[in-house]
Amino acid sequence: MTNLAEAPSQSGQQRPGTVTSIRRLIAQTEIDVRLFGMLVALAVILLTFNVLTDGTFLRPTNMVTLSVQAAGIAIIATGMVLVIVSRNIDLSVGSLVGFVAMSYALLMTDWLPLLGLGPDFPFRWAIALAIGIAIGAGFGALQGFIIAYIGVPSFIVTLGGLLSIRGLVWYLSNGAAISGIDRNFQLLGGGAQGSIGGTLTWVAAIIGCIAIVALLVNGRRQRRRFDFPVRPMWAEVLLAGAGCVAVLGLAAFANANLWPTGLANRIAIEQGWGEAPEGGWQIATGLPIPILLVIGVGLVMTWLATRRRFGRYVYAYGGNPDAAELAGINTRLTILKTYVVMGILCSIAASISAARLNGATLDIGVSYELYVIAAAVIGGTSFSGGIGTISGAILGAFVMASLSYGLSYMGVISPGQNVAAGIVLIAAVGFDTYNRRRGS
Amino acid sequence: MTVAERTPLVELQHISVAFGGVHAVRDVSIDLYAGEVVGLVGGNGAGKTTLMRVLSGAHPADSGEVHVDGKRVKITNPSDAKHYNIETIYQTLALAENVDAPGNLFLGRELTTRLGSLDDSAMEAETRKVMGRLNPNFKNFKQPVQSLSGGQRQGVAIARAVHFNAKILIMDEPTAALGPAETAQVRNLIRQLKDEGIGIFLISHDIHDVFDLSDRIGVMYHGEIVDIVEKATVTPDDVLGMIILGKKPGEVTDTDKAAIELRG
Ligand SMILES: Nc1ncnc2c1ncn2[C@@H]1O[C@H](COP(=O)(O)OP(=O)(O)OP(=O)(O)O)[C@@H](O)[C@H]1O
Ligand SMILES: [Mg+2]
Repeated sequence: MTNLAEAPSQSGQQRPGTVTSIRRLIAQTEIDVRLFGMLVALAVILLTFNVLTDGTFLRPTNMVTLSVQAAGIAIIATGMVLVIVSRNIDLSVGSLVGFVAMSYALLMTDWLPLLGLGPDFPFRWAIALAIGIAIGAGFGALQGFIIAYIGVPSFIVTLGGLLSIRGLVWYLSNGAAISGIDRNFQLLGGGAQGSIGGTLTWVAAIIGCIAIVALLVNGRRQRRRFDFPVRPMWAEVLLAGAGCVAVLGLAAFANANLWPTGLANRIAIEQGWGEAPEGGWQIATGLPIPILLVIGVGLVMTWLATRRRFGRYVYAYGGNPDAAELAGINTRLTILKTYVVMGILCSIAASISAARLNGATLDIGVSYELYVIAAAVIGGTSFSGGIGTISGAILGAFVMASLSYGLSYMGVISPGQNVAAGIVLIAAVGFDTYNRRRGS
Repeated sequence: MTVAERTPLVELQHISVAFGGVHAVRDVSIDLYAGEVVGLVGGNGAGKTTLMRVLSGAHPADSGEVHVDGKRVKITNPSDAKHYNIETIYQTLALAENVDAPGNLFLGRELTTRLGSLDDSAMEAETRKVMGRLNPNFKNFKQPVQSLSGGQRQGVAIARAVHFNAKILIMDEPTAALGPAETAQVRNLIRQLKDEGIGIFLISHDIHDVFDLSDRIGVMYHGEIVDIVEKATVTPDDVLGMIILGKKPGEVTDTDKAAIELRG
């Protein structure tokens, strides 16, 4: 209250006054300023490409393709955050994606039929996915064990993993590319059929809105329970409003993406929908399944990182390994678990790649480790340990994907895209470093 | 009060710790009774912290035994120590810099909801209670402890040690970073905990603190115990002499005294 009373007397220096009061208003909403900044940066990148391409870039079909391309990197980057936060690194993710993708392909064509699970066996996709995830988790556990319990530096262990697991991919298929993925499994790759359609997208969006409001209300009630200071009501309403608008906007955007005419006509004939209406079939694809996977993984990982003991220990260890040890935390097991999580995420990403390709080649996932690390770092994860957020890493993956997709859309070849990605990486970290130094 | 007839809370017997060729602690035996404060003094590198780290489970002893309540125990990690209600305020504080005060206070012993998720509100509420007793001006419950002052951080470390019903408390220079008011508060806290029957090992370089608060004083010199004395039987100068020379007051010669004079 005193602040309000004093404010008019300081009106001599009006500009600094407004700046600080805006700061204070933002602080009251308790939003993550860095994350907000990244959202703005992403918007700027997208809008710039849109202007440069005469307004064609922001078409739903482009955005959906871009998102599906970013999905694998985004999913693995959420795990890389935990690994880097706990002062380690994982260079083996690309090779592991390759190995598991090849395993999916072979499961479908060779291994499952050997077990008597032929092409018509129900839920083959789920069985294959479960086996793939077990394989990923197994490799993760092995590397994590060597790092945490034997004490070999993670850089070395996962560098070895990068080399040897990629080599194993060759032995899996005797150097051949394998194709022939189950139809249901292919849906994991997105595309018109691998999307959930207009109605379900709206349902998902409405559930999302309810969840946002419920989370805010619950958070407020929790703090009330102990008489803690709460956000001002306007901030709560603003956050809820902004969240819901974003979710509904996303849904509307996904639903503006329509089935390609040729595909729609073919399916219409196959399924006997009858005559196409005036102007052809207008079927909304809605959210692609890979994007749903990103959202799901992002939520689960955020929950793990912020609401569970495991996450708390990962961050505490990253902030001060000795403190974590002295607090009686089983730090080795914690580190091992981060690699198991990483393996599982690689398997999920691999399912998207294999599904999109309808099989696996020898080089699926090559240089993923670089993009994944870059995404995490652009998202604010710090190599000094203890700092990084899941949502930041996902945004980081989307920033990188937008850049490379935008550049390729404009005809820039991939070496040029790499130049841009590298510069953005350095700029993002430079910006963080500058901000932190100014902050302290 | 015949101290000798009671069982000590803790007995450290013939503890030795070496780092490579350095004998940080050599054949040290010391005990601690309930409701007693034992001051541990000595020059830099005398081995005080290392000795206490053995009891905290932070570092294994090369040889020697630890007894708690008269029973021999194996303390191989910090969880073991906590299991025996041994709590420690480390000289380095041992806080996770990127985690907030409640997170640090409950590190490794988080309060959770029925579904096993962290109950941050409950932890914050508890933290507010404890900190209220120690440092009523403390308000930064949501910031990483990195952004706190040295004294505030020390406050968090102290709060963590006293919150979990310690029976044996190890305080390694607990007031090194504190202001006068906060130091006074910690002294009061020590007296209060002592009255509650908690045994305290207090490491401090402040001889007056030690004389003020301790019942007995153990002096270490180059990894060995010079002597453990009843406070009433010595003067601060005697203790200072033991710290600097590593000899009991009776053994000090005139040349030793001259040496002290020379060093100022
Ligand atoms: N982790 C370590 N590795 C190697 N040597 C160590 C280690 N910790 C302590 N030492 C050595 O052990 C000896 C005793 O150190 P300690 O920290 O116990 O002294 P201290 O009495 O607590 O000193 P101070 O008053 O400075 O805190 C010193 O010579 C120190 O160099
Ligand atoms: Mg010490």
